[in-house]
Amino acid sequence: MSDAGAELLSVLAAMLRLATPLVLAALGGLFCERSGIIDIGLEGKMLGSAFAAAAAAALTGSAWVGLVGGIGVATLLALLHAFAAVTQRGDQVITGMALNILVAGLAPVLATSWFHLDGMTPALPPTARFEALTLPGAAAFSGVPLLGPAYLRVISGHNGFVYGAILAVALVALVLHRTRFGLRLRAVGDHPQAIETAGISVAWLRYRALLMTGVLCGLAGAYLSIAAGAGFTRSMTAGRGYLALAALIFGRWRPLPTALACLLFAVADAAQTRLQGVALPLVGVVPVELVSAIPYALTVLLLAGFVGSSRAPRALGIPYARGR
Amino acid sequence: MVPAINLTAALVLSGLVVLATGADPLAAMSALATGAAGDGASLGYTLYYATNFILTGLAVALPFHAGIFNIGGEGQAYIGGLLSALVCLALGPSLGSAAIPLAVLAAAAGGALWALVPAWLFVARGSHVVITTIMFNFIASAVMTFLIVNVLIAPGQSAPESVPFPAAVSMPSLGPMLGPSPLNLTFPLALMLAGAAWIFLRFSRAGFEVRAAGANPHAARAAGISVGAAVALSLTLGGALAGLVAVNELMGAQHRLLLDFPAGYGFMGIAVALMGRNHPFGICLAALFFGALYQGGTELSFELPQVTRDIVVVMEGLAVLFCGALENLFRARISRWLGHEASA
Repeated sequence: MSDAGAELLSVLAAMLRLATPLVLAALGGLFCERSGIIDIGLEGKMLGSAFAAAAAAALTGSAWVGLVGGIGVATLLALLHAFAAVTQRGDQVITGMALNILVAGLAPVLATSWFHLDGMTPALPPTARFEALTLPGAAAFSGVPLLGPAYLRVISGHNGFVYGAILAVALVALVLHRTRFGLRLRAVGDHPQAIETAGISVAWLRYRALLMTGVLCGLAGAYLSIAAGAGFTRSMTAGRGYLALAALIFGRWRPLPTALACLLFAVADAAQTRLQGVALPLVGVVPVELVSAIPYALTVLLLAGFVGSSRAPRALGIPYARGR
Repeated sequence: MVPAINLTAALVLSGLVVLATGADPLAAMSALATGAAGDGASLGYTLYYATNFILTGLAVALPFHAGIFNIGGEGQAYIGGLLSALVCLALGPSLGSAAIPLAVLAAAAGGALWALVPAWLFVARGSHVVITTIMFNFIASAVMTFLIVNVLIAPGQSAPESVPFPAAVSMPSLGPMLGPSPLNLTFPLALMLAGAAWIFLRFSRAGFEVRAAGANPHAARAAGISVGAAVALSLTLGGALAGLVAVNELMGAQHRLLLDFPAGYGFMGIAVALMGRNHPFGICLAALFFGALYQGGTELSFELPQVTRDIVVVMEGLAVLFCGALENLFRARISRWLGHEASA
């Protein structure tokens, strides 16, 4: 196995790990936005879950309790979002911003008060975290040329969340296109009046969509604090919620293209750490600070180039009032 | 009446959060109030923070009148800081205080420039401004980290900041008037700009076009208004205002360019604009409120160590939630209680 080959495999493996929270959050955003509600609050839901999962895992010593706690808090935040955006017909962008700001303050305040650490939860022992899984046969096949190392280093050896995220893409696509709920969800984002006319409650449908958003953002946040990381730190989501939203828009609100957009951001992110101090042909050593801007610049370029004319759910952002 | 009740609800919930941390909410509120306006120096700090909030609040409000959400105040302030710092460092030694107006203009130009690109992308390509301005925040942060850590850092230093600006390019201080504080001439400048923004929106032709584009783009277009130009103008002016945060922060207080100096002021501009209902005078009041919260929160974390400074962010979040997202929560009930129709 050559050095370059090993390097490539490690970048691919890092890409899968880095894409996981983005994919989960973006799929969460997909439910919300397809139902007609702008979700700029993915960041807050993820951060709330990351904190709750780490806090619950630290208090009970159980990763599973942590996961339930994370999903629970993200779902509560999603319900608050639904209450403001659906029941109260408040501005959806403002609601999302409010959630983001609120959680960014509340998590470190509670962490400091509960654990007497400055805005963090204690470092979690391996027993209170989800650890990487080794898939069957990874060691046995490692001798097989090309495929063996690829299986061992890229496919195997990830956290359960990584496989869960891949599964989630397929599941969400299935729900969206093959179930009654999915059909109604797509309809309510485009034409809520039609849904109302068919005798279906627009509000209940949107609440259910936001529940799905809460669960998926809960998984994304828990992955950060009790699987990939070992505890909560201040603003540990670091803009991933916004990036997930960008991936969703870039993926034209469809599950598979959205997941591919997340992979694109993730590979740029994975390459960034590898490119540190490496001299590239033609350009020389690229400063790592500038490489970190690549996913964002790419998003802007791609939005300007391809997605400029893409069609958002038609009723996106418009509060629905009955009987108009 | 209704905003006051919403704000009270936000404060009551904040008090409950303080209670949950094991501190006394009333002691916290009184520490907050004393910290914000207890003496001249505290008041000076409050007004100093309020200056930033007036600028970033206006930076959100102007594009909002054209129907555009500017979430890029953070990056616009950052790039404004870059250009004004370059002017201060390059021209300060030779021109002295004559470089001050140039540096102020440079700050505005930097912010405007950073808003102009998303504006152009929106007009020419239909790119979603919320996404592009957020991305431009990240890009500004990456570029500035690179420049400060690798290029502008003071030689032989490890702290990520530039060499100090020449003393002559400091924004004239107003600190001595109230007590020792970084309050400076940017505060009256920001107030004047709020007045100018009001006149622009209310009485100028361009301001009318901005409001028309926001109220109904189709009608505006039919009336011969260039909606794209109006949107681009409002976003660029907003960027220029956000850029001026650098004047208050760098030329008024820090006297050097340092990492992450916008420190969330750009983001909080969204809350300020919301609470001020996008009206320049309302924004000044909301900025004063947030300035007091900021300064009071700093004192609060000294007084009650179990409450961290993040409690201020919680209060801001709750204020945005109740005054923005849930603004209709109590409206119908109050209207009924007052005995007239819930028409508002």
